[in-house]
Amino acid sequence: MFRNQYDTDVTTWSPAGRLFQVEYAMEAVKQGSACVGLRSRTHAVLAAANKAASELSSHQRKVFRVADHAGVALAGLTADGRVLSRFLRSECINHAFVYDAPLPVSRLALRLADKAQVCTQRSWKRPYGVGLLVAGLDESGAHLYYNCPSGNYFEYQAFAIGSRSQAAKTFLERKFKGYDDYTPDQLIRDALSAIKETLQGEKLTSSNCTLAIVGRKDDGTVEPFEMIDAKRVQEIIDSMEAAEETPVAAAEPSSTQEEDKGTDAAPMDI
Amino acid sequence: MAWQQPMDGSHASGSKVAAADGPGTQRTQYPYVTGTSVIALKYKDGVIMACDTGASYGSTLRYKSVERIKAVGKHSLIGASGEFSDFQEILRYLDELTLSDHMWDDGNSLGPKEVHSYLTRVMYNRRNKFDPLWNSLVLGGVKKGPKGEEKYLGMVNMIGTHFEENHIATGFGNHLAIPILRAEWCEDMTFEEAVKLVEKCLLVLLYRDRSSINKFQIAKITTEGATIYPPYSLKTHWGFAAFENPSKGAVGSW
Repeated sequence: MFRNQYDTDVTTWSPAGRLFQVEYAMEAVKQGSACVGLRSRTHAVLAAANKAASELSSHQRKVFRVADHAGVALAGLTADGRVLSRFLRSECINHAFVYDAPLPVSRLALRLADKAQVCTQRSWKRPYGVGLLVAGLDESGAHLYYNCPSGNYFEYQAFAIGSRSQAAKTFLERKFKGYDDYTPDQLIRDALSAIKETLQGEKLTSSNCTLAIVGRKDDGTVEPFEMIDAKRVQEIIDSMEAAEETPVAAAEPSSTQEEDKGTDAAPMDI
Repeated sequence: MAWQQPMDGSHASGSKVAAADGPGTQRTQYPYVTGTSVIALKYKDGVIMACDTGASYGSTLRYKSVERIKAVGKHSLIGASGEFSDFQEILRYLDELTLSDHMWDDGNSLGPKEVHSYLTRVMYNRRNKFDPLWNSLVLGGVKKGPKGEEKYLGMVNMIGTHFEENHIATGFGNHLAIPILRAEWCEDMTFEEAVKLVEKCLLVLLYRDRSSINKFQIAKITTEGATIYPPYSLKTHWGFAAFENPSKGAVGSW
């Protein structure tokens, strides 16, 4: 995108019918480190790639619990994201106070979208520079929404935002059709694999990703939105890597058997 | 109400001037047109609620075909005793609530617990402004939760006192019907058993509550929805010896 004469403020349309300030805000989301969300019928998982400003500092907090039944992962201007998380928490608490029930996720996403839209139509404001993946559980099941700075929001089965998110999206596109029936464990593994795609070669460890899950078990009890602790995340990563290695190990004994049958290529020591 | 009404139900917060008693304003002192008891109990398929169809104007039994039980959304019934105009106002708030809930069309719907909680907030807020909605409301319903069908029955009154129970009664019903319900209610009654128990209470109220009339409506709410049955009367017995020749042996002035 290049500078042009219609991009000075958010209340100026371009002749092509675009609001450039809003589009620039969406660029800010693309610069943030990656976040991934995916859901089954009963569970929703959020994963975020942690970026630290330097080795000396802690990494930015990108996943926030909004209520027992919902949470967000954000990419972009984290400060804007924190403010929006506070707003979401306030909306959920107010609803729970009046109705003694959790705010349905679609209605939460709508309130967030309406708040974002206001900033695209006031000359004295700027759009929020953060994209949020809103994951939650209500009586119609688990949901995942993506709210962007333009005030648009969509429901997704799986989605990725932030830098190098296209790699994660490609991975998710291959597999999302089966997600409805995935177990929570499978969802977690796919979320981690998707985040791994965005790391481009860097090793996936529990210190460069955050994982959170919310859902309802088969017996009806709710598993509230919770960050999975680093130790458990590392265990899952380790078991995923072990599972990748075992097909290779399984191949070895069978190749020694085939040696005797003769027609295959000679063993490697020649 | 002439001022702008925000969507979150805060418009139900009533008269702005209630806090400051300026000239020409008054705090709510007493109700005018009132309904008497409502009784309700949980049974096997859901909740059953009953009351008479009368509304009194002081000691006059003024209106005789008044429906004091209404359906709310898909899952609940509300019954009210007390000031009838306040009940009508509450029905309008609930209408707005359920309509916007329905228009969402997103697989979520307001259950009896949510409606009860909302009403509690409204009633308590009004009481704090010394401008109460002069009612005792009974809220019953059934909703499929993640753990199966969940029956709900609760009440909230004009000062915001609220609770849930297996059987509820308002007004005179508290004194006359609750003892019967406590003795004879049991879990999972059939509809017929529940109606019999309800009619027993209604009969006592008819005999002993001077503001009740012999025209009743029974309503039930199950997972299939709400049914409000047409009004009917109960058989009463007045053939007591003391009622024969009531003036026999009475001292007269002529």
